[in-house]
Amino acid sequence: MKIEKRQRDGATILDLQGRITIGEGDVALREAVLAAVGEGATSILLNMGRVRAIDSSGVGELVAAYTTVTNRGGKLRLFSLPSRVLGVLQITQLVTVLDILEDEDEAVASLA
Amino acid sequence: MPEPVQQTIRLSIGSRYENIELVQAVLDETLESLPIDEETGYWMGIALREALTNAIKHGNGLDPEKKVDVCLAVDETGVDITVEDEGSGFDPGAVADPLAPDNLLKTEGRGIFYMRRFMDKIDYDFGADGGTKVRLHKKFGAPGSSAEADQGGANED
Repeated sequence: MKIEKRQRDGATILDLQGRITIGEGDVALREAVLAAVGEGATSILLNMGRVRAIDSSGVGELVAAYTTVTNRGGKLRLFSLPSRVLGVLQITQLVTVLDILEDEDEAVASLA
Repeated sequence: MPEPVQQTIRLSIGSRYENIELVQAVLDETLESLPIDEETGYWMGIALREALTNAIKHGNGLDPEKKVDVCLAVDETGVDITVEDEGSGFDPGAVADPLAPDNLLKTEGRGIFYMRRFMDKIDYDFGADGGTKVRLHKKFGAPGSSAEADQGGANED
């Protein structure tokens, strides 16, 4: 799992690439989100467009990231979800909880 | 595609997450010659990873000295995958429903749900001397597994 961080219009965007699976991407995602929060980020967008696979541990880390950020009064949103990643979130009804946007422009605009 | 060749592959791995990749690679190679489409094979891989994760983490407590035995068995009807750990077992009926409103934001507890969703059948066997064996079955020609179809309808637990 490779994660690159950038800024756009006041939002911290994490571009995720690879798999969010146990022992690999799950830890990397956790550390990246905690680092962003530690640097004061309050609006975090996860670019999921290049996530190849996710398992239950990865889903758990997405939930943990969401609660970590929102419990601090911040916003965490996901965008550009591949169909397989979206499907995994749909069948566990997490699409009703997590903020999921179509693409980056929509995600940034949603923060306004 | 020709009739599937009956075969049985057995692996024994130490309880380390990185070994999941090895088993996944063996599954992927096995599926290449079978009448299983890529999408179904992908979801079978996720189910296998969930079974291995449970065995390594919950069954064997991440003790690298404890083994996880895996068997991939192909016959003319489908694929059977068994994953066996050295743990003390658990009650599958006591696993919380991840779709319950109070559980939606829990960070764990979805693995068995995904296994049930992505395979045609799963069952458990608990050894008299300990150890949990989970058997995952996928039939050839069954409707394709997908996380997209019939969303929210899998509430077997």
